[in-house]
Amino acid sequence: MSEKRLDEETGQYTTGHSYDGIEELNTPLPRWWLWTFYATIIWGLAYTIAYPAWPMVSGATAGVLGWSTRANVAEDIVEHEAQNAALVQELVGAELASVEPGSDLHRYATARGGAVFRAQCSQCHGSGAAGAMGYPNLLDNDWLWGGTIDDIAYTVAHGIRNETSDARYSEMPAFGEVLSSGEIAALVAHVQALPQGAGGEGETLFLDNCAACHGEQGEGMRDLGAPNLGDAIWLYGGDDATLTETIANARFGVMPAWGQRLSEADVRAVSLYVHSLGGGE
Amino acid sequence: MALMEKHAILEKSPTLLLVSSLLVVTVGGIVEIAPLFWLENTIEEVDGMRPYSPLELAGREVYIREGCYVCHSQMIRPMRDEVERYGHYSLAAESMYDHPFQWGSKRTGPDLARVGGRYSDAWHVDHFTDPQSVVPESVMPKYAFLLDAQIDGEYIADLMSTHRFVGVPYSDEQIELARADFHAQADADGDYGEVEDRYPGAPVGNFDGQPQLTEMDALIAYMQVLGTMVDFSTFTPDASR
Repeated sequence: MSEKRLDEETGQYTTGHSYDGIEELNTPLPRWWLWTFYATIIWGLAYTIAYPAWPMVSGATAGVLGWSTRANVAEDIVEHEAQNAALVQELVGAELASVEPGSDLHRYATARGGAVFRAQCSQCHGSGAAGAMGYPNLLDNDWLWGGTIDDIAYTVAHGIRNETSDARYSEMPAFGEVLSSGEIAALVAHVQALPQGAGGEGETLFLDNCAACHGEQGEGMRDLGAPNLGDAIWLYGGDDATLTETIANARFGVMPAWGQRLSEADVRAVSLYVHSLGGGE
Repeated sequence: MALMEKHAILEKSPTLLLVSSLLVVTVGGIVEIAPLFWLENTIEEVDGMRPYSPLELAGREVYIREGCYVCHSQMIRPMRDEVERYGHYSLAAESMYDHPFQWGSKRTGPDLARVGGRYSDAWHVDHFTDPQSVVPESVMPKYAFLLDAQIDGEYIADLMSTHRFVGVPYSDEQIELARADFHAQADADGDYGEVEDRYPGAPVGNFDGQPQLTEMDALIAYMQVLGTMVDFSTFTPDASR
């Protein structure tokens, strides 16, 4: 340890450390760095005064700027809604069936509805609305509960077989508890051959057990959401194994009541969007 | 600036530096963390929050075990785009019975804070079994094995006692009847009235569609209750927050 001394070449003091005669300069931090450091401390203190920060007895200081995340998001939402207020009001008040394709309202509704669809509906019905096994394709004109705009809007708002009281509801019995496996096989053969049918035992069983909802030719009944069995469109599948399972255990597809989650405008917009996809009646 | 020269004292004594650092961090901790435990407005009071039912709690254990929080958050931030997509922003009270909370920090998948009631039980079974069968663009792994993992709630009462120890207000009755409730919640044909009395709004049903009780049942019960406890039609936000 040597004495601190002024190093003549650099004009700086040494630290007083000496290692085998090598000394260390005590060069101070650059002024600009030091003052920036002090400025950040002052900025930090000012920040805690401007914004909510210091814990007090029953809450934290609110900050002199009155900043609030909740107020901000509420304001953002109001501001956003105000931008299309006229169209939203028109949409909520409109008779859905009379919204003209190509009109400003229709264009707004389908754009908004498309966004709602991709966020809320695509997980089951697919991002292109083509559906998946057990989740109907919304692009075709084969509708379980009706494909008019009002039918679609009702389905969206109230859903299917959920726990709300206004939901569309029907329940197919599980025929595995009633029919033997031989009878179910005959029924499967008949259903696959609809609308002509395979005749014989399968037809008798069909008329006795199924025709009340699905119709004598398997044409379906929309009031009960009973699918048309005579076309080539299958919700769960039309092969032997799938049909056997459907008849034996029945199906119970559920759709949530979106009216409870979405605004009236969103429900109407997404209904118009789905109706506009091609299959709307 | 004589004071500014004194840092050499700290820097030359490791022990003093260590003790001083500890002191600084302690003060910082006391100022930043401690008040959260006594400030009344840390967790605002909202109606509807209740501890998880035994089956939901078991599902939550599966959620944690499988690391769902690595890809899914449970925290809807107060921003318009999030509120539009996921629903009302999350409240502190909504995770008051979560130990540990499942806010997560990354969204490879969507936020799950309000996933309850959004999809049918059957959709969850399809989706856990093979996510790409319903969402082709998904990168989520398959969890079909949950359908084979049978559970019977052997340790559920112990788990609830542990949660009670860290502050979840389970009653003696709830813990005593935990195993019965555990089974009753997944039995749509049984007597689930008592489960609903003890855990209002609990989703009930044969979640996975199989006769036996599996981790799939538990996980779906947990999914279906997420974000559904608070009734936001009666909630008025405290604007000062």
